[in-house]
Amino acid sequence: MFRYILKRLQALVISLIIASLVIFAAVEIVPGDPASFMLGINAQEDTILALREQLGLNVSLWERYFTWVTGMVQGDFGTSYTYRTPVSDMIAERMVISLPLALYALTMSTLIAFPAGIIAATRRGSVADVSVMGVTQLGVAIPNFWFAMLMVVVFAINLGWFSAGGFPGWDAGFFAAMKALTLPAIALALPQASILARVMRSSLLDTLSEDYIRTARAKGLTRRQALWRHALRNALIPVLTIIGLQFAFLLAGGIIIEKVFFLPGLGQLIFQAITQRDLIVVESVVMLLVFAVILVNFAVDLAYGLADPRLRRART
Amino acid sequence: MRYSGMFTKVTAAASFAALIAGGAFAAQTDLTIGLQLEPPHLDPTSAAAGAIDQVVYSNIFEGLTRFGPDGSVNPGLADSWEISEDGLTWTFNLRQGVKFHDGTDFEATDVVFSLDRARAEDSTNAQKALFEGIASVEAVDPHTVKITLTAPNGNFLFNLAWGDAVIVAPESIENITTKPVGTGAFTFANWVQGDAITILRNDAYWGDAPALESATFKFISEPSAALNAMMAGDVDAFSGFPAPENLNLFEADPRFQVLVGSTEGETILSTNNKMPPFDNVKVRQALAHAIDRQAIIDGAMFGYGTQIGTHFAPHNPDYVDLTGNSQYDPEKARALLAEAGFADGFTTTLKLPPPSYARRGGEIIAAQLREVGIETEITNLEWAQWLEEVFRGKDFGLTIVSHTEPFDIGIYARPEYYFQYDNAEFQALMDTLTAETDPAKRSEMIAIAQQTIADDYVNGYLFQLASLSVANAKIEGLWANAPTQATDLTGVRWTD
Repeated sequence: MFRYILKRLQALVISLIIASLVIFAAVEIVPGDPASFMLGINAQEDTILALREQLGLNVSLWERYFTWVTGMVQGDFGTSYTYRTPVSDMIAERMVISLPLALYALTMSTLIAFPAGIIAATRRGSVADVSVMGVTQLGVAIPNFWFAMLMVVVFAINLGWFSAGGFPGWDAGFFAAMKALTLPAIALALPQASILARVMRSSLLDTLSEDYIRTARAKGLTRRQALWRHALRNALIPVLTIIGLQFAFLLAGGIIIEKVFFLPGLGQLIFQAITQRDLIVVESVVMLLVFAVILVNFAVDLAYGLADPRLRRART
Repeated sequence: MRYSGMFTKVTAAASFAALIAGGAFAAQTDLTIGLQLEPPHLDPTSAAAGAIDQVVYSNIFEGLTRFGPDGSVNPGLADSWEISEDGLTWTFNLRQGVKFHDGTDFEATDVVFSLDRARAEDSTNAQKALFEGIASVEAVDPHTVKITLTAPNGNFLFNLAWGDAVIVAPESIENITTKPVGTGAFTFANWVQGDAITILRNDAYWGDAPALESATFKFISEPSAALNAMMAGDVDAFSGFPAPENLNLFEADPRFQVLVGSTEGETILSTNNKMPPFDNVKVRQALAHAIDRQAIIDGAMFGYGTQIGTHFAPHNPDYVDLTGNSQYDPEKARALLAEAGFADGFTTTLKLPPPSYARRGGEIIAAQLREVGIETEITNLEWAQWLEEVFRGKDFGLTIVSHTEPFDIGIYARPEYYFQYDNAEFQALMDTLTAETDPAKRSEMIAIAQQTIADDYVNGYLFQLASLSVANAKIEGLWANAPTQATDLTGVRWTD
């Protein structure tokens, strides 16, 4: 297991280095100067130069890349061009919304998807199965921002149970904060739960038709026992992969939902930074997300190892 | 469990009673106001972002002079001034007893510091040109400042009213971007980035105390979210409401009021005057006659906006209505094109920045131009790219943009400016106008200037951008017009 982890770690570091190069190049190649963006259409040329100097933009690309990377290794993400505050502070401020929101949505989708997927698979062809398939089909098809707007109209404007959006901050109390995240979390969870339930169902159906399940049944286990002891654990691998991917997506991909509910999350930060050519913020946040994705994949890899001992041995 | 349930009920009842009691005796003194764009930082003297002024202008920072709701220039931190015979020396008498929010006194040295900082060589002031004519700024005594100009300047008081010319203090300049310290009626309290900025009443304010005790600016960029936030009562007002298509909902609802005013934004079909075939005035004239302005206002702005025939704001007393100069007349446009040698039309580029007036307006204009034989290739650009390609690179045929700076007809005197209009006569006229201080003569010259650029069909003049705000019907004192990008809350109050 130890060598397996080491190998995975090695891959992780290499991915990070490649990612940092790609991100930096991609962001810097797009035309648009942050200084002239900030100073607008009446600015004089010498003013723009003065600001570029102040922002440290008048040095070579390589120099900037190395300052950026070495800073990040030490935990310093640099200073935002437009906001003039440390990027790490900005990320931390957005994380306290994005991370709980992603976890909230993920928990919700897992709690919905697992039972739904298991019921649908074990009672294949029944009314329960058909309705799970029908509802999840709808869940995948409905754009989540549209569903979010619908919920705002019903629960915020007509019923007045929730605010139409915004986030009161964790200072306002755990329940107030969670309440503000509830509608966004539902909107995010709906398509994820649908996908996950469908994956769960098909994966379980595959394993249930395997020979070893038949053997388990033949040696006298009930359907239920065979399911819990043998099938579920084996069906979990693809499901774990999907959960890992979904978490990474939820962390940053909630941008449209963040916009609908005007939540100051990571997605909005990236969006704003891109339009303002706040390059350093874009680079650092994207890098952080890449890191998160790689880390989650790393954790999923480890979880595979735990779920399936064969993988551990096969790869060492 | 039971116990805590009881407790909640009791406190709920108590707060409900408090709410009723409060409502009966005093009007509400806090306000949540929505804005579409969040400021990048809070220093109005080192960025062009209008969103900064939206929050801080007049609320937190003040200048020697200030804009009133009608666009007039009024005394601010200077309560009076004298101008020397030759128009070169301006002596400002400063208000006494004014304190910055950190408790330090406002004195002449602060004025010297602020203006010198704005015009310094390494200044990052986005409107540095406003200070170009200043030769020196001196503190005569703590309450008197003498400013010497290199040439007379009829716009000087106007220039000093800009958000880029507000007075800042050397003691607090270091943290101005995140903790602004000014002399205004409100003090900065808190900023949750991405979400909201809160300001509180400044009890030591030199002028009339504002009715509001606190105000929160909430940033909601998505138009449909702005609509929902108003409808659900999350915000009490929204300045610069981004969804004009939904204003009729508010007009029909007695809980709300809709404020429609004017802005300083001349929206124009900007034309590259150096790029053939637009270097031919006949082609530009054809362009002007090919455009149906009302169709653009109706289609892109849902009917909000005032037609313009030159680069000047219609609410200004010096405005001359020249829309007749470029009446919608496709026949004439085709004839003019034929005269210019383009009977079969031509193809050009139309590069559009993100605002909806440009994107929606661009589609409509493209269709109108096609009617007279001009084909356009539309490219949508982000602002940063637009600045790079169109504004600095001058690589465009046509673009649509709203020029939101007040009284900016002077840009037509800059031959290197992106639409590249080079007319020596007009440049000379602008020079004499700047030096002229007699109001009657100034009006006359401003009229000639408007006529000149209209006759030269420099750009397609489309419409004056409307200022659209919605608010709870019980709020009064919000500015309907936007003479500068400001949300002045000093006179805002709740009625009843």
